[in-house]
Parts: sequence; structure tokens; C-alpha cells
Amino acid sequence: MSTLKTLNGNQTIAEAVRQIDPDVVAAYPITPSTAIVETIAKFRADGLISGEFVCPESEHSAMSVCIGAASAGGRVMTATASQGLALMWEMLYIAAGLRLPIVAAIANRSLSAPINIHGDHSDTMGARDSGWIQIYSEGCQEAYDNFIQAFRIAEHLDVRTPVLVGLDGFIISHSLEVIQVEDDAKVKKFVGEYKPVYPLFDTDRKMTVGPIDFTDYYFEHKRSQIEGIENAPPVIEAVGKEFGKTFGREYGFFEEYRMDDAETCIVVMSSAAGTCKDAIDELRSEGKKIGLLKPRVFRPFPHQKIAEALKKTKAVAVLDRSSSPGAFGAPLFTEIRSALYDYQERPPIVNYVYGLGGRDIMVEHFKDVAQKLEKIAETGKVEEWLGYINLRE
Amino acid sequence: MSKETWKELTIGTINLDAGNSVKNLTGTWRSGKKPEFIEENCIQCFFCWLYCPHFAILVKDGEVKGINYDYCTGCGICSVECPSKEKSIVMVKEEIELAGGSKK
Ligand code: SF4
Ligand code: SF4
Repeated sequence: MSTLKTLNGNQTIAEAVRQIDPDVVAAYPITPSTAIVETIAKFRADGLISGEFVCPESEHSAMSVCIGAASAGGRVMTATASQGLALMWEMLYIAAGLRLPIVAAIANRSLSAPINIHGDHSDTMGARDSGWIQIYSEGCQEAYDNFIQAFRIAEHLDVRTPVLVGLDGFIISHSLEVIQVEDDAKVKKFVGEYKPVYPLFDTDRKMTVGPIDFTDYYFEHKRSQIEGIENAPPVIEAVGKEFGKTFGREYGFFEEYRMDDAETCIVVMSSAAGTCKDAIDELRSEGKKIGLLKPRVFRPFPHQKIAEALKKTKAVAVLDRSSSPGAFGAPLFTEIRSALYDYQERPPIVNYVYGLGGRDIMVEHFKDVAQKLEKIAETGKVEEWLGYINLRE
Repeated sequence: MSKETWKELTIGTINLDAGNSVKNLTGTWRSGKKPEFIEENCIQCFFCWLYCPHFAILVKDGEVKGINYDYCTGCGICSVECPSKEKSIVMVKEEIELAGGSKK
């Protein structure tokens, strides 16, 4: 039976893991994702899950165990954040290159230095070229829903690519929300049975996994890897629809909030989108025609769909919770600006970096952005394409 | 040997033709030097066999008998490691034919 439970983001992920009961969970605890790992360990000790739980000596080893277990033929997951994800670095690329459908929950946190334990997207944005599918969550319910869908997406035969699900450190990972926890059997049925492709446990088959490629094969293997993630959009769409039919909450590539007649638009991902919605409601009640676009899937980037949604607006602000020092804008901005290039008529666009190291972003900050957008829409001119929100200047 | 296009490859770098490295004739990597086996000096210690990174030391009836030039890259490790009083493996000049037919 579907029940309402008061859980924080970490607990919702652990709850989904209990329901899915993967063959192997290999993880090393790190703030703010520790409670995911802790709770799974407790579930294992209490006999609530039957899969193996492995806690190796580091995140690098945790991802290595995931790769080994997934190659053997198991359904595998992990959880980490920040420096932990950074330490997994080389193994992330190997998981993607070997096309292993591993699922990872990432409690998004800043990267050192300076050391900081709070939420921003530096960790996963840094991993954006590792070949993993990336899905971001606005709150605990979305984290739970995304995590369940992640297995279906990763394991689809056309895709077979690892998926990470981001939930903002502390803001989601440690904040309580009343969420709908679906029926155990129904979740199990939705995720379905896992069928590995060429598992190493199939000892009758002679094969080699991950041999060296020289100049004559590496390029072809990389191209075939790219195909996996490029096959993902129709699968993400179908899984999001089926999830909606089964559990009543449908998902797409992004959410549009009050965008129908919007003249200006704020693009922001994850938990800040919730605050932005409040700001938009207030601005709408003042008669401002403003909307929100909240990307959910960042890799593969739904460039065409987002460009279509934005092209008719008069000004767009893209808010990034990470920076890309020396680049022409932070990650989300460069994607969206580039996506709009193909359109003759396209809105002027600005980038704001916000919330690094967990710095607050409040309704008033979104209202400031809205005011600047209004001016850009009026004049059609962008004076400063990059700004920083709630920074002492 | 014609090579697969990216669409023809097995998913995830998996090679279902395990052991196919025998088809990779690493002997083509030799560039100017090759080891020569001098049987009368050999004390059959098997150091060369142990050290050779390409398994290119020929062994027959439990004795080292020479070099398999299909796989020998000419690295010279066997010659350096050979402990017999007079070396049982020495590196000698080898003429190689370049793609255009000229010799080096
Ligand atoms: S030269 Fe190198 S590759 Fe050739 S036989 Fe000696 S050790 Fe082996
Ligand atoms: S290392 Fe030298 S002496 Fe020893 S087996 Fe090889 S060739 Fe003979």
C-alpha cells in the first residue's frame, strides 16, 4: 500500500533501496550522503534486504566494487557526494565505458578548497563528461521517484549506461518532507527483474571485459558508448510516463512552471526551483509575466526541447549552482546558450552563479533577477552576461 | 584483417573472442635489433622465459630452444637478464623493410 511518510532525502533513497533490494550496494560514507549508506547497512543487519552490502576503504574502491559486481552480472548501486565523487573519478569513466548500468545517489556538495560540507552542484557538474546520465531532484519526493526510475533507464537494453541522481546536500538530504512511499511490491514490479548482458558469472562463455584498445579500436568503442546515452531520451520519456501512470506523478526532461504566456524566464535546477516557484507566484500576483523552467535531466542534455520552450521569451536568466572557472559561463548556461544558437529569433540570455558552498538563495534574490530580466526584455540588451547572487561585493 | 565499425562492436568493450591476442603479431614492432640464441652457452635457468614480456621464448621438451620472432619485440630484456658466463642471448642488428620497400 502507498503510504505517507515523513522522511529526509537520504532516508527516501534508502527506502527506495530497501524496496528495490539490489544485488550489491558498495559505498563509503561521506557527508551529506552518510545517512543513505548507514541506513542501508542497518537494513542489511536487520535482514530487510538480502543483497550484499560492501563498505570498502574509499570511494574509489566503492566504485571499483560496483564495477566488478556489475560486470559479474549484478544490479548495483552506490551513494556519495563531493570529494567522494571526485575520488571515484577515474572509475566513473570506466563504469560508463564498460556500459554498466550502475545507479548512484549523489547528495550534491561543494568541492574543496576551501573545505565546505554544504550543497552545491560542483561535484556532479565536474563529472558531466564522464558519460553518466544525470538527473536532478527538487525535493525528497522527486529524489525517491527519480532514483526508482534511474534503474529502468540505466538498465534499458538500448541505453545500458550508469545513472546518477542528484539531491542537494542538506537542503534535500537532511530536510524532512512528507512523501508518498509506494507499495513495496509495486515498486519492485515497476523496476522489474534485472537481466545482465554478458555477465562474467556466465562461466561457459569465453570473454574479456575491458581489454586495452590502441589507436585502431579506442575511437570505435568510444563512439559506441556515446550511442548508449544518445539512445536515452525516448527511454527517459517512456519511463517518466509509465511512472506517472503507475504512481500518479509523471516526469519529463524538465518542468515548466507558469511558462504559458511568460515573457521572461528563470532557469534553475534542484531545490532552488522550489524557492523560485514562490517568487514567481508573488511576481505573477503583481502582474509580471514570468515563468520558471526547471531542468531535471542534465545528461543527456535535452537541448532542442529546452530551446523550443525558451525561444519565444524576451529574456532568460540561467542560474547555476556551480562555476566553471575560465569558461564562457557555468555549465547549465553554456548548454542553453548553445542550444538557442540555431534559432533565428532567440532571447537575450544571462548567467547567474548562486549558492556555492550552500549560500542561501531566497525569494528576494529571484525577484532581483526578475527585475533585471524585465529591463533586458525592454531594451533587448545584455549589459553584464555573468553575475553572482548573494555574494558580498 | 578488416576491423569492425563502431556499430559492429559488442557492447561495453567486451571481447567475445577471448584469447585473440595470438593474432596480434607483436613481432612487427621490432625496429632494428633482434635477440639471437646461442644454445651452447645456455645453462637452462629459464630467466629469459620468466622475464620476456611477450612470452616469446621458445621452449621444447622442457628446454629453452630459441626465440619466437612472431611475438618478440626486440626489447632486449632476455639478453640483459641472461646470467650465463658467456651470454646465451645477444642482440644483433636486424634489417627491416619499410613500407615503401626501402631498408633500414
Ligand atoms: S627481446 Fe624482449 S620480446 Fe624478444 S625474446 Fe627477448 S625479452 Fe622477449
Ligand atoms: S636466461 Fe640465458 S642461460 Fe638462462 S635459459 Fe635463457 S638463454 Fe639460457
